[in-house]
Order: sequence, then C-alpha cells, then structure tokens
Amino acid sequence: MDDFGRLIEQELPRLRRYAHALVKDPERADDLVQDCLERAWRKSHLWVRRTNLRGWLMTILHNLYANAARKHSHTPTMVSLDDAAAPPATPPSQTETLSALAVREALQTLPPDQQQVLLLVGMEQMQYAEVAELLRIPIGTVMSRLYRARERMRVLLAESTRPTLRRVK
Amino acid sequence: MTEPTFQPSEEQLHAYVDDFLPEAERMAVERYLADHPSEALRIEAYRQQNAALQGLRALPEAHPFTLPEFRPRVRWRAVALRTAAAAVLLLAGGGGGWWLHGHLERGRPLWMRLVEQAERAHQTFVPEVVHPVEVTSAHEQHLRTWLSRRLGTPVTVPVLKRHGYDLMGGRLLPASPGPAAQFMYQDAQGNRLTLYMLAAPTGRRDTSFRYVQDGALRICYWMGQTMDFAITGEMPRDQLDGIAKSVYLQLNHMKPPRVGAW
Repeated sequence: MDDFGRLIEQELPRLRRYAHALVKDPERADDLVQDCLERAWRKSHLWVRRTNLRGWLMTILHNLYANAARKHSHTPTMVSLDDAAAPPATPPSQTETLSALAVREALQTLPPDQQQVLLLVGMEQMQYAEVAELLRIPIGTVMSRLYRARERMRVLLAESTRPTLRRVK
Repeated sequence: MTEPTFQPSEEQLHAYVDDFLPEAERMAVERYLADHPSEALRIEAYRQQNAALQGLRALPEAHPFTLPEFRPRVRWRAVALRTAAAAVLLLAGGGGGWWLHGHLERGRPLWMRLVEQAERAHQTFVPEVVHPVEVTSAHEQHLRTWLSRRLGTPVTVPVLKRHGYDLMGGRLLPASPGPAAQFMYQDAQGNRLTLYMLAAPTGRRDTSFRYVQDGALRICYWMGQTMDFAITGEMPRDQLDGIAKSVYLQLNHMKPPRVGAW
C-alpha cells in the first residue's frame, strides 16, 4: 500500500484544478481536496488496486463538493478560521479574467453530473471515451450531459459574458 | 460553395469545439458553420466556454498545497476504536502502550495524530460513570490554571450553554507531541461531547474546520498556532459545526500566549 500515496500524489494537481474551478475561495477549495484525500486514505482498503484511481478520487471529490453545495444552499456558508479572524472578503485574484469568473458562476448553477462532464472535457481536455470510462457511464450519457451543460451555460452567459469581455478594466 | 449533403451531427459539432476532429471532418464542419450563422454563434459560444474553463486551470500560487504524508498504512480505523482494546492498550501504559504509541506516530500526518488521540480519549472517558472527569466544573478556575500550566499555553474553557451543553470538567492526558487536555460537556439528555486540546508546535497558521466521521461519532478538528483542537460527539454535522464555531470564537479571544504569566 506504500505506493498508494505516490499514486495519489500524481493525481493531486488534477484534483486541485478541479476543486479550484468549482470553489472560488482557494482555502475552501484546498479544504475540499484535503477532505477528499482524507477520505481516500481512510477508504484506501476499498480501492483494492482497481486501476481507475483517478475516477475514484474524482468521484469522492465531486460527491463531497455536491453534498457541501446542497448543504450550503440552505445554510450559511462555513466560515473558515481565517475569515473569522480577519476581514471576511477574499479579494479576487488579479489574474482571473472576467470571463473565467462568469464561467465559474454559471458552472455552479449546473447539476453536479453536468459540471463533472463539462470540467473533464472543457478544462481537463479529456476525450469523451476517457470521461465515460472514468465515470463509468455510457459514452452516450457523457455526450448528452455535455450538450445540456454547454447549452445551459451558453444561455446563462449570453447576457453576462459578452459585454464584459469587451470591458477594459 | 458547400456540399448541401453534409449535416454534422451534434457529436461532431462538440468534437469540433474540443478539437477532436480529424482534419477533413474539421474542414467540413467549418464550411457548414460558414453557411449557418446561428449555429456558428452557438459553437463559438461553446468554444469561449472552453477557453474560459482553461483559464480556471491556473492554481493560486499564494496557496501552496502540501500533501499529507502517506506513509506505511497502519489500519488505525481497523484498530476498532469502538472496542475496548484500544483503550486498554492506551491505558496499559508501559511497554504495550508505548509500543503502540511509537508505532502509530511514525511518519503520520499531524491531523491524523490529533484525530486519533482525541477520538480515543473520547471513547475512553465518555462511557465513564464514576470518573468521567478528573477535575469537575465546580473547580473550573483551578482546572483552567492547572491545564494552562501543564500545556504551556493559556487554556480557555468555552461555555456551550447556548448549545445545551454544560461543562462537567476536564482532565490532563498523556499525548504526542505534548500533553493534552480534555473537557467534557453534557446536555440535558445525558449526551456527552468532548473538547480535546493538544499542545502543538507554534508558528503555524490556523487551519479551517475539518470533519471526520467514524460510525455515529463525528469529529471536528482544526489546528491553531499553539494548540490543536478536536471536538468529538454523536450529533448531526450542522450541530457540531455550530458548536465548533462557538468554541473557536471563544478560544480566539485568548490573549497571545505568555507562558510566563502562568
């Protein structure tokens, strides 16, 4: 089991990208990754050398995110300790473009299964067949989720993105 | 100008967006889009989504992430904390206890050390009928002074009345790396929760709340600059979350550690 940690380490950048795409606050995004790793580590005996460690980790991460999102939709957001001790606002990152912000916001309104597929294809640039294998769903399901996700995003972003893309700050 | 027969499938259009099409197909789709402006707009919107999603790939530099150490896996969960065995080993002291102690500490992430010790202490003392605490809440002032001195840092005993829990008292515990304090609270129904404080190396930033679940038992833990904290109890996550915030805020009013003051 010693290589379990090494295997997880290889997946870490991907997990973090994924979490940071979904969760705006970097601290909370990393907390999500941390929770995912804790759970993975604790349940590592359940993994039993299935080759699909990436899919397993992504599923854990996404379930944690989806559960938290459900919870936070009707309860106040969890205050991280830094927020409690310091002014609560997290200044937006300077490097983040407006369109990325808008996309992230729109992304958060998608159902979790669509978020997952859109991130894996759009951000991770994975092939459709890879996504199907990773999530253990038929490729037809991948495609229909992708279609719905993109179309919904397009409608949501139709008003917000285009004007802001031209705005110079 | 175009082949009127070519009508790309939805999958082809998306594969075009994702640059998955072979050259010939890609050209065909491009020609099709040139003749179908509304479709072209839709596909362009999808491409912009991809570009923006690519923009999300950048990880914040300001937040380097360190992977917890994953070392030889001791199945500490399987050590079955619910059984008496762990408590017996822990309490056995001497050879057995020390061996287990040394074995479990080596190369393990700090949070795991904290959670494990807190959970064990909880499992050991919460069922206790006769001596759940070492010093009762009747001597709270003494309890606080004593534990502050032993932990080498000011100890605040949070009040959890608002959450329905009254302080029963506390005790000093052997732990790693330094001694630990455990405070026990009880509600009107006799449910007990424990707050575990572990003296820990200084100079770190506070972490945020993290949660671990083991059966019905939930643990919320965080690591502060002078101490690590864990709250353990059988309660819904929301309730534990509320208590944790309350505890944190009360602890946060602590003055900066001045060991000399004690």
